Amino acid sequence: MNEIRSLVPAVIGILVRRGADFAAAEDAVQDALVEAVRVWPDDPPRDPKGWLVTVAWRRFVDATRADAARRRREDVIDAEPPPGPASATDDTLRLYFLCAHPSLTPSSAVALTLRAVGGLTTRQIAAAYLVPEATMAQRISRAKRTVAGVRFDQPGDVATVLRVLYLVFNEGYSGDVDLAAEAIRLTRQLAAVSGHPEVSGLLALMLLHHARHASRTAPDGGLVPLAEQDRGRWDTAMIAEGVEILQAALARDRLGEFQAQAAIAALHADAPTAAETDWIQILEWYDELVRLTDSPVVLLNRAVALGEADGPHAGLAALAELDPSLPRHTAAAAYLHERAGDPATAARLYAEAARKATNLAERDHLTRQAARLNTR
Amino acid sequence: MAKYLLLKHYRGAPAAVNDVPMEKWTPEEISAHVTYMRDFARRLERTGEFVTESALAPEGEWVRYDGEGRPPVTDGPFAETKDLIAGWMVIDVDSHERAIELAGELSAAPGAGGRPIHEWLEVRPFLAAPPLITE
Repeated sequence: MNEIRSLVPAVIGILVRRGADFAAAEDAVQDALVEAVRVWPDDPPRDPKGWLVTVAWRRFVDATRADAARRRREDVIDAEPPPGPASATDDTLRLYFLCAHPSLTPSSAVALTLRAVGGLTTRQIAAAYLVPEATMAQRISRAKRTVAGVRFDQPGDVATVLRVLYLVFNEGYSGDVDLAAEAIRLTRQLAAVSGHPEVSGLLALMLLHHARHASRTAPDGGLVPLAEQDRGRWDTAMIAEGVEILQAALARDRLGEFQAQAAIAALHADAPTAAETDWIQILEWYDELVRLTDSPVVLLNRAVALGEADGPHAGLAALAELDPSLPRHTAAAAYLHERAGDPATAARLYAEAARKATNLAERDHLTRQAARLNTR
Repeated sequence: MAKYLLLKHYRGAPAAVNDVPMEKWTPEEISAHVTYMRDFARRLERTGEFVTESALAPEGEWVRYDGEGRPPVTDGPFAETKDLIAGWMVIDVDSHERAIELAGELSAAPGAGGRPIHEWLEVRPFLAAPPLITE
């Protein structure tokens, strides 16, 4: 099924080149996909892409003919234009840009990307995001209306596309669809058509985190922090691939946020034990990240890294400079106070951080930390 | 993309600004209110922000385990004293600001005299799944 879905952007691109507008092409390709799932197991085509183009084009023609108000479009269809000058590769790239267009809200961009580039059905996307199918259908059709006026050949912004893929990855595993794996597949596909080093940076970052997936959750569903993970369960092949992709990107000397984040993830992945983590180098990468993003969340993570590299008091001093209302500020303070030998303060802060947690796994983890210090 | 619960209370919330019991509204005012609520839900369906909604009856009772082999203990209802939930709506929006904005709109439903009720609604975020990239 992944193989079929990876053809979707190219097929939509071909239909658009032949004169279909984006929304109609996308609908027609979705119909063809549903047909393919039905027919292919018994009767696999020799040329899957050709098959999809033929069926999708037929659907598009039928839909257009049925729509009396758009009868005039038949002229476009009857005079089938020759293939455009751009290759299918460029079309795929443009489709990514279109689906992550800055005029879309983040949730619309995510939904449209998963459908038009990822080839997921509306039902699958709705299930992954735990919303009714009707709601997701509306989100997608609104998104298509929003980009209806955008010309398919306008170049887009890679940063916007990467942000959308990052959002998809971070959503994780909420439904039948593994969104993290889907995000990796789409980023891999994007990396194949775009030479931008930040695309490689994001792909490396995702692979390095995905490699630790199995060790991240305890059998009871609880969160296992990085330092306590069973490193023997990390996917070393995936780590090696992530590191290789990252090194190739860094060699091009166009550093960006995702490459720097991937470098930090690679240093964690490289440590045989948590105690052997190269915090000095990690701190240097955080300094790069601060320079690139100026983000308060990065400054917070840097304070924790500083606490590891130069001792908890240095970390706490850096933390004191930051806005205490930042997400995870209290949790970081609790951790550093415990390391500084003040378990009472740490327990109080862990409990406070648990009350502020925005997800269940984190809240349970922080509550357990407070309980551990309170009952020992 | 975060889910929020908009909670409407029978009692327990601060009094609405336009606080007249519904049975003292005119039938037209009740119709206007019901229409507003339905249109609000439909509009959120169209924006792709609607998840679910439900109304709850005012009656409710407390139930508690009473030990091995014994039926659960029940108590109540305590309609006079307890904080009762009248209904809820779950929305899925791009930001906390948007959740507050929508709750504000819901609180503006017309009441007695055709004026907004200005009732208090409780807005609670759902606990989400942890992000995969945190460090």
